[in-house]
Amino acid sequence: MMHNITVKVCMGTGGVAAGGGEVLDAFLNEISSEGIAASIEKRCSPGKVGCRGLCAKDVLVDVIIGNSKVTYQHVKTDMVPRIVKEHILESNPVLEWAVGEDYHNFHDRQQKVVLSDCGNIDPEDINAYAAVNGYIAARKVVTSMTPEDVISTIKMSGLRGRGGAGFPTGTKWEIAGKQDAKTKYLICNADEGDPGAFMDRSVIEGNPHAVIEGMIIGAYAIGADKGYVYIRAEYPLAVERLKKALDDARTENFLGKEIMGTSFNFDILIKLGAGAFVCGEETALIASIEGQRGMPRAKPPFPVYQGLWGKPTVINNVETLANVPYIMRNGPEWFASFGTEKSKGTKVFAITGKIKNSGLIEVPMGIPLREIIYDIGGGIEGGRQFKAVQTGGPSGGCIPADLLDTPVDFESLAKVGSIVGSGGMVVLDETDCMVNIAKFFLEFTRAESCGKCVPCRIGTKRLLEILERITKGEGKPGDIALLEEMSVDIKMASLCGLGQTAPNPVLSTIKYFRHEYEAHINEKRCPAGVCKDLLTYSVLEEFCKGCGACLRACPAGAIKGEKKKPHIIDPSVCIKCGACLDVCKFKAVKKE
Amino acid sequence: MREKLKSILEAYKKKEANIIYLLQKTEEVFGYLPREAVDFFADELGIAPSRFFGVATFYSQFHLNPRGRNIITACCGTACHVKGSERLINGLRQELRLAEGQETTEDMDVTLEKVNCVGACSIAPVFLINKKVYGKSTSDRLLKEVRAIRGAKGNDA
Repeated sequence: MMHNITVKVCMGTGGVAAGGGEVLDAFLNEISSEGIAASIEKRCSPGKVGCRGLCAKDVLVDVIIGNSKVTYQHVKTDMVPRIVKEHILESNPVLEWAVGEDYHNFHDRQQKVVLSDCGNIDPEDINAYAAVNGYIAARKVVTSMTPEDVISTIKMSGLRGRGGAGFPTGTKWEIAGKQDAKTKYLICNADEGDPGAFMDRSVIEGNPHAVIEGMIIGAYAIGADKGYVYIRAEYPLAVERLKKALDDARTENFLGKEIMGTSFNFDILIKLGAGAFVCGEETALIASIEGQRGMPRAKPPFPVYQGLWGKPTVINNVETLANVPYIMRNGPEWFASFGTEKSKGTKVFAITGKIKNSGLIEVPMGIPLREIIYDIGGGIEGGRQFKAVQTGGPSGGCIPADLLDTPVDFESLAKVGSIVGSGGMVVLDETDCMVNIAKFFLEFTRAESCGKCVPCRIGTKRLLEILERITKGEGKPGDIALLEEMSVDIKMASLCGLGQTAPNPVLSTIKYFRHEYEAHINEKRCPAGVCKDLLTYSVLEEFCKGCGACLRACPAGAIKGEKKKPHIIDPSVCIKCGACLDVCKFKAVKKE
Repeated sequence: MREKLKSILEAYKKKEANIIYLLQKTEEVFGYLPREAVDFFADELGIAPSRFFGVATFYSQFHLNPRGRNIITACCGTACHVKGSERLINGLRQELRLAEGQETTEDMDVTLEKVNCVGACSIAPVFLINKKVYGKSTSDRLLKEVRAIRGAKGNDA
C-alpha cells in the first residue's frame, strides 16, 4: 500500500538560525527533481512546523510515512539527498542520523498541553490548526455558553496566570465581567522581557491560533470587544506569524463583526513593544499602549477596574491564554488533574545555560527540579558540576544543589527564595561565579528601572555599585550586611514588581553562596575564576613549547618570548581577556 | 526628508495611532530619529519636542544618533552571559576599533549594539548580523563574518 509521506522541518527561531529554511528548500527541490517527482511528489508534503523544544539539536526533521515516524537531528542541506533517497524512496531510514535516547528522554517525561500542537502543525496554516480541533472551543463558547459558564469553567480548572504572579485567571475574568462598562479591553501580554526566557515567543511562533482562540474566549467571558497583543519588536518571526494568523482568523470570521454568526464582536490589534522590561508590569504596559513612557502607577485601582483609557481591562499572559482553548475542549477536571493542590496544570519552561538538552519543555506543576535538570535536561554539559539553577529571571533567585528536590510550583519556589516567574531556568555550573550573576541581574534591573520611585531608581544603582566593588576586589567587611539590609528596604518600598523583586538575585545568592561573597571580600579571590580583576594569567614553563600561538593571539601585546622557548605574560600589560588560554594547545596557560 | 516625514504623519493620522507608532515608523525609515523629524512632528501636531524625546529615551528601540550601514546585535541575556558573550563582544570591539562607549565605527560602516534578550537562549551565545541570527557563536566565526562585511565594503569603494 502507498502511504502518505510527511516531512516536518523545525522552523522556530532556533530552527531558522540553524538553517531550517535552507533544509526545507532542499527537501522541496530534491522531491520535485526529475525521477523522484514522478514516484512520490503527489503523496509527499514537506512543511514547516514551530519549535520542537530541543533546539540544541536543530535542525530537527520528522519524516513520517504512514504511522512510522523517524526524527533526524542536526540536519544540514547536504544530508537531504540521502534522506530522500534511502528513507523516502527506499523506506530505509538513515538511522545513524536519527535522534537518540536523550531526545526521547527529553520528550517522554513531559506533559504537553499548551505545546501539544506546537511543533506538529504548520503555524502559518489556519487549516492545520482546525485539523487538530482548533476553534471548536471558541465556537462552542460563543454560540452556546454564557459568559458566566465560561468563567466558572476556568475557575474550576484552577488556571493561574503564567506571567509570573500566578493570579487565578477565572477570578480576574469574573471581576472584569462584573464591571458595568460599555467598553472593556483584553490584552495579551507578549512582552517577554525576562532574559533567558522564550516560552511566549515559541508559543506564538509555533501555534499563534491557540492564543487567538484563547483571546476570543476570554473576551467573550468578560464582555470585551477589542483586544491587543502587546508583543516585543525583538521577536520579528513571532510578529509576522501572529499577523498572518490574525488575517486568516478574520477571513474565517473568527474575528471581526458578528463572530461565527452570533451578535458578538471582537477584534485584535498588535502593539509593538519598543523595548522596556518594565512594560511587562500591567500599568506600565497600559501606559505604553497609550503612547506614553511605560511607567507604572500605584495600584489600586487595578486594571480590571480602571485600565486602558480608564476602562476595565484584563491582561493575561500568552501561555495563560493558550491554555484556555485546551481547557474548554477537554474540560476543567482534565486540566486540574495535572499539577498540585494549589498550582494546577502544566507550565512551560525554557531551560538553558550549562545544560545538555537546552530547549523548551512543558511539565506538570510540582515536578522536582532534579527531574527537569537531570532526566529531561540530560544533566550538565561537559561533565562539570551543577552549581545552581536560576529561575524567574531578574525577579527570581538561584537555587543550589541541595534544594534540587524542591517541587516546581508557585508556593514551593517562593519558599526557597525564588519564583516560578514566566518560566526561564538558567542552569549554572562550577565555572559560574554567583557574585557575578547577581551583578549581571542588577546591571539589568538598574538599566531597566523606570526611575519613577526612589527606592528602585537609587537602590538598584547602589546595590550594583557595591557588587561592582566586590567583584573588583575592593569589597569591605560589612558589605554583605549592607547588601542584605538595602535589599529588604528596596523590596518593601518600591512601587511596582520590578523594584519589589530586583534584590531577589542578591538575596538568594547571599543566602546560598555566602562563602563566594566572603572569598571575594576577604581573600580577594574569585573561586569560579570569572571576575577579571581577581585573576592572573601566567605561563607554566614546563608545558610551554614556545609555539607562539598565545603571542600572536594576545591583543594587548602582553606576551613575550623567543621561538621554542617558554613565553612570559607581563601582568602589568595583560588585559585578562583569556585569548591565550583559548589558543594554547598544551594547557600551558594558567588562570588563577 | 520632508516628503518621507509627511507620509509617516499621514499614516499616523489615518490610523489614529500614538507617538510611539510615529517614532517607530521614523526609525524604520531612517534607522534612527533625526532631530529634524522630531521638530517637524512637534510643529505639525502641536506637541512639545520634549514629549517625543521623553518617549524616545525611555525605550531602547529608539536611537538618537545615526547608526552604521551594518548592524551587529549582541544578545546580553542570561544564557548568553553565562556562555561567554562578554568576551565575544570585547573581541568584536577590538576588531572594529571601538573606543569605550562608542557603538559605531568612524566610517559609519558597522554599529555594534547590545540587546537584553532575543529569546533564542538554547543556541547561546547569540549574535544578529544584519538581522540574521547566528547561534552558538564563536570568536572565529564572528570575526570571519565581520571581516566579510568590512571586505565587501572595500570592494564597493
